[in-house]
Amino acid sequence: MSLDLNEALQTFFAESRGLLRDMEDALLRLEDAPDDADALNAVFRAAHTIKGSAGLFGLDAIVAFTHEAESVLDLARDGRLSVDDTVCGLLLQCKDHIELLLRQVESDEALAEDARRHGDSLTERLLKLHGQIDGADTGGKLAQLQPETVEPVPCNGPAQDGDVWHISLRFGSEVLRHGMDPASFIRYLGTFGRIARIVTVLDGVPKLADLDPECCHLGFEIQFRSDCDKQAIENAFEFVREDCQLRILPPGSRVQDYVRLIDELPGNKLRLGELLVACGAVTQRELDTALQEQQRADLRPPLGQVLVGDKVVRPEVVNAALNKQNEVRARQSQDAMFIRVHAEKLDALINQVGELVIAGAGVGLLAQRNKDSALQEAMSSMSRLVEDVRDGAMRLRMVEIGETFNRFRRVVRDVSKELGKEIELVITGAETELDKSVVERLGDPLTHLVRNAMDHGIEPTEVRAARGKPAQATIELAACHEAGHIVVEVRDDGGGLDRDRILAKAIERGLIDANAETQLPDAAVWNLIFEPGFSTASQISNLSGRGVGMDVVKRGIEALRGSVEIESAAGLGSTIRIRLPLTLAIIDGFLMRVADVHLVVPLDMVLECVEIGAGLPPGQDYFDLRGEVLPLLRLREHFALQGQPGRRQNVVIVKTLGRKAGLVVDELQGQFQAVIKPLGELFASARGLAGSTILGSGEVALVLDVPSLLDSAQRTHRGTGPRPAPLSKNATPGFIG
Amino acid sequence: MQAITEQRGTLRCLRLAGELNIYAGADLKAALVDALAATTELEIDLAEVTEIDSSGIQLLAAAKREAMDTGKAMRLVNHSSAALELMDLYDLASCFGDPLVLPQRHGAGASA
Repeated sequence: MSLDLNEALQTFFAESRGLLRDMEDALLRLEDAPDDADALNAVFRAAHTIKGSAGLFGLDAIVAFTHEAESVLDLARDGRLSVDDTVCGLLLQCKDHIELLLRQVESDEALAEDARRHGDSLTERLLKLHGQIDGADTGGKLAQLQPETVEPVPCNGPAQDGDVWHISLRFGSEVLRHGMDPASFIRYLGTFGRIARIVTVLDGVPKLADLDPECCHLGFEIQFRSDCDKQAIENAFEFVREDCQLRILPPGSRVQDYVRLIDELPGNKLRLGELLVACGAVTQRELDTALQEQQRADLRPPLGQVLVGDKVVRPEVVNAALNKQNEVRARQSQDAMFIRVHAEKLDALINQVGELVIAGAGVGLLAQRNKDSALQEAMSSMSRLVEDVRDGAMRLRMVEIGETFNRFRRVVRDVSKELGKEIELVITGAETELDKSVVERLGDPLTHLVRNAMDHGIEPTEVRAARGKPAQATIELAACHEAGHIVVEVRDDGGGLDRDRILAKAIERGLIDANAETQLPDAAVWNLIFEPGFSTASQISNLSGRGVGMDVVKRGIEALRGSVEIESAAGLGSTIRIRLPLTLAIIDGFLMRVADVHLVVPLDMVLECVEIGAGLPPGQDYFDLRGEVLPLLRLREHFALQGQPGRRQNVVIVKTLGRKAGLVVDELQGQFQAVIKPLGELFASARGLAGSTILGSGEVALVLDVPSLLDSAQRTHRGTGPRPAPLSKNATPGFIG
Repeated sequence: MQAITEQRGTLRCLRLAGELNIYAGADLKAALVDALAATTELEIDLAEVTEIDSSGIQLLAAAKREAMDTGKAMRLVNHSSAALELMDLYDLASCFGDPLVLPQRHGAGASA
């Protein structure tokens, strides 16, 4: 048995997770627009597919539970159940429960008792919904599979027999190997109609000696009596849609249509004709006449046109079928567009590219030393290529942030229900890309921020009305690129931060001096909420307000070499802005030397370089840049470096997080691609250093962590206080003086 | 799946038992190939077949065709209910040409 179940199971988990995500998206869409048939179908399809695949693996708990949800969805699709908020809410909970069941299977653990009870109560509610509509007995869980409950409402026409459809099926060779048996599909057909005639096509079966028992070579021609629509028949073959050729001729199709069917099917045309005759779809004479006619006819219009022209099918049926085809095509092309790659392989590739960059720099250095101009030229074109490869490799790891943002639709929905506030989530810049490892670690801080904004930021509806704001509040998640960083913003149009309450709390907690409060600029006040154990919520809700949110957020962001800042306007709302590096592995750096130590700053932080000769008086810690006063940081003194000072000194003007400062260094050495290696544990407490990198010459250079360098420099200059205060109260936020 | 072979004169009896599904595909194929190679008259007893799927029936059909092509006789006898059900579903009785006592065909939609 070559089928590797474990591997298949992993695929099932991955696929189901994707389906559940689709299901959630569709449910949320459905909640906004209850008439959205596409969304409803998407939900149904997801549930149906999960149920089916779970069945293949014998995961009975998932099958049984999903089945109940599916039955309710089926009623909704038939228009017998209106989808309101309650139903959507229930279905969302069901989706969560399915997810839970999946996880439990994956981790091979028993279901926790409360989870089981929750599942039972959900099942009960589903059954109740079902029971209300059906009025019939819904006791047996699988009873709904029986025709008496699923059978569509008979339309006018012979109720018992229904119309005769012709179904032509050719299964793909992989069907059996995928764990599906054609027999089960045909049995399933029997649940909503009657198989009048069936001919099993064995023509494709090879000789016994050549027959691979795991390959399927079966085909069927079926005359099927049912009142259902074409969609229902197609849905019966949902699981094998990509693995079988399915052709359905509607009742009353003319002989020509069967001829076309014969044309489209592979294999001997005469033999196919015989099959159809055997099946009772056409008579031999009809077939002969039609075949002769066809030989005379030239170009034929597309099948759809003919069908509509002949009034065989209504245009909408054709449209529906076309949409279906397009959908399948889109899905297939999507499959072709993506490949699954193990993250480890990507990491290994990027590591190697990093080494390549270092090695390239080494060769470049040698070329320069030897003054071999031909080699230098060759080297420069190679290093350009290496750069391209590096960029390409980094892009492989880039993912759009939209997927992370979309998760919050559900969070916002649930929380706004819980709080009784009407909140809309607006997402902009969803296509902004950033490193996968950054995205993964961004989820938790963002969750904190969004919940916080909804809980504390957005006022209760009455207050909003009193303030003349629209009743529906808005939370906006936005992302954009900015100079080698990605900026993620969480905006709300709520009440803004309460300066007085934050100050009162800070004084109570001893975070600041009671006398200092009046002088603190707003930005410094807002930063107070990032202090550990700080919470101003007068009542603790189960969402936030336990005072563990914001400092965790800040630490999480800082661990990603990012930063957080807050803007707030009383009564208008607040914005929390997160800045993150695009990637954690390679940067374009600017190489400098102080004494005999090489230092690197990220190139995108460097604004300009100014030569100052020997000209600054010792101890002066500011710099006049064309009339703008900038703080100055002498790296030699800051890192207490010994060694011969350079003949002249340079100031490198850096800008980060809206702050500018000058770094005094001995020598400028130019642009350099730095592959950042983390510092060892020994240096964990060293502030101002982000990592190390290796130069082409084999020497080590230290990568400066500019924001924390500026912070610590400020602290040594100004002395006390958790947050250094800028020069004056009117200074722009974040400008250090 | 188990296969027991008995030789009665020129007639070779192949008694199949257990599951004739995709998992048993390789065994079943080997058993059929061996049996057909060894005799001109093959009788396959399906009484003990507890389960049969499309893979199994496909192999039986291929064996039947093989037998016909080589001028040998092959019969299926004593169909178990599982075998009957699938034969009925696929309407393959005429293809194998064996006398069968079929249950009521596609009885009132309860074929599930």
